[in-house]
Amino acid sequence: MRILRAIFGHGSGRIGGVIVGVYLLIAVLGMLGLTPHNPITQYRIDRLHAPNGAYWMGTDLFGRDVASRLMAGVGQSFTVAFFSVAFATLAGTVLGLAAAWLGRRWDGVLMRLMDVLLAFPAILLALLIVTVAGPGTWTSVVAIGIVYTPIFTRVVRGPALSLKAREFVDAARTFGSSSSYIVTRHLLLNLVAPLTVQVTLALAWALLTEAGLSFLGLGTQPPAASLGLMLSDSRNLMETAPWLMIFPGLAIMISILGFNLLGDALRDILDPKMRRAPA
Amino acid sequence: MNYLMRRLTAFPLVLLGVSILVFVAIRMVPGDSITAMLGTEAGLLTPAQRDSLAAYFGIDQPWFVQYWRWIGGILHGNLGISVTYGRPVLDVILEHFPLTLELAVLSMIIALIVGLPAGIFAATHNEKPSDLGVRIVAMVGQSTPSFVLGLLIIYTLSAGFGVLPAMGEFAPLWQDPLRNLSQLILPAITLGFAFAASVTRISRSAMLDVLSDDYVRTARSKGASARSVIWRHALPNALIPVVTLSGIEFGYLLGGAVIVEQIYALPGLGRMVLDAIQQRDYALVQGSVLFIALNFMIVNLLVDLAYVALDPRIRLGEQ
Repeated sequence: MRILRAIFGHGSGRIGGVIVGVYLLIAVLGMLGLTPHNPITQYRIDRLHAPNGAYWMGTDLFGRDVASRLMAGVGQSFTVAFFSVAFATLAGTVLGLAAAWLGRRWDGVLMRLMDVLLAFPAILLALLIVTVAGPGTWTSVVAIGIVYTPIFTRVVRGPALSLKAREFVDAARTFGSSSSYIVTRHLLLNLVAPLTVQVTLALAWALLTEAGLSFLGLGTQPPAASLGLMLSDSRNLMETAPWLMIFPGLAIMISILGFNLLGDALRDILDPKMRRAPA
Repeated sequence: MNYLMRRLTAFPLVLLGVSILVFVAIRMVPGDSITAMLGTEAGLLTPAQRDSLAAYFGIDQPWFVQYWRWIGGILHGNLGISVTYGRPVLDVILEHFPLTLELAVLSMIIALIVGLPAGIFAATHNEKPSDLGVRIVAMVGQSTPSFVLGLLIIYTLSAGFGVLPAMGEFAPLWQDPLRNLSQLILPAITLGFAFAASVTRISRSAMLDVLSDDYVRTARSKGASARSVIWRHALPNALIPVVTLSGIEFGYLLGGAVIVEQIYALPGLGRMVLDAIQQRDYALVQGSVLFIALNFMIVNLLVDLAYVALDPRIRLGEQ
């Protein structure tokens, strides 16, 4: 509750929070199929209609309702983004804690492995993974998840290393606490703040990467709706039907903006060091 | 020197890891490369023909023998033959690389020319309406995917002014500089926009950080002019994070801007890799991914070196 109040007391947090909230609502409606029309039904008579009362955002080349497809697409993009970030958070936290806690050789091996993954530009690594596993929704989840795992590993390892050296960890050990208790109770709980910030910003990147993969035809496969795919399909009809490009384009942009604003606000709120210079 | 030595010794190790990862990943792609190469005609091969083809390409050997041969080849500058181009992989890569390099350089120039002054301006007008304006534009810029911006630019140009970006046959810089620039300026703006937004944000926060430091206060109290405080005292130190960020972004761009090259139909490295993936040209995918990762690692190493060179605290702390 306190964190929600803090977010809404923060200028950009308020805007980001509202944007993310609205998107979550649209995503849930889109996933439950509660859209004005069926997103894949083709109303052949109404092909390429400009936005009007019946089709709020117009129709596409096949007579499908753009607004409904957009809602389904937001649901799709958010599903991929949430699962991939959950994957990266979980894997990164486990690896980061393991590297910090086990130390020495384990630390060296794990962090060099993360360096290998970080040696690839993100989209290229995602492309490579999709090539191996074949395009699709769950491949995107795994690909984006793997791409962001090293970042979470680093975010966790650094603070975990310094926490490990603190007195309260020594004290807990003296009292006979088990390693697993110390790691989950004393290290993990203290890492919640940096992880929360990182998760929010990673959701913005994940949305961007998902849209990029779908735009290249390597993410969500047709006829399912996805914002990147809609945007890619709009290219040839740009001049006759600009609404096909404008709505999905804005939808992607505003969703990323929302998570960026929220992430910035969370960083201001949770990280006192950053308070001096909010960027 | 400890930190740098560690980075330098880790470099070959990480590169080895990268080469193994790329190699294994390509081997994990479903289907064998002979079928991928010949398509439906592969069904017409007799088992004996298939075996002899496998022997010819060396894929009848266990993976570590294949890997050893591949690495041996690379050390002699031989990355294999591209099936789609029918030419050495290295030649194909080097043919596509100049465009990508030029695009990356142009985008960085745009980002620095726009982002740095904007960031300094915002920092020196902290909390004023003009600062808020710059911050809003930068936030929106950072949240705009290159493909959305690229399509918007093309749409605005064609719908508003009836002009289309110069596509068609790509003119290399040394053959037709004017035509080359006219082809690359819009893609460079597309990539440079978000880049400039990041530069603005980082230079603003670095500048604010430095401006509240003790030495800047000392300079002010000694009566140094506002201009001198900003340009002589604050800026050099505020530049350190800007250099780091620009270097990393530049490294990303050297990997080829897959999507922007696709939108503007530019024959750069990114689009080449995408085509190679779609056409299952494994030698080309393998070689170019390794090439890109190596570039990225070298740029990151240079950024680290620059960081050490620029930050006196690190430099002097070592002595």
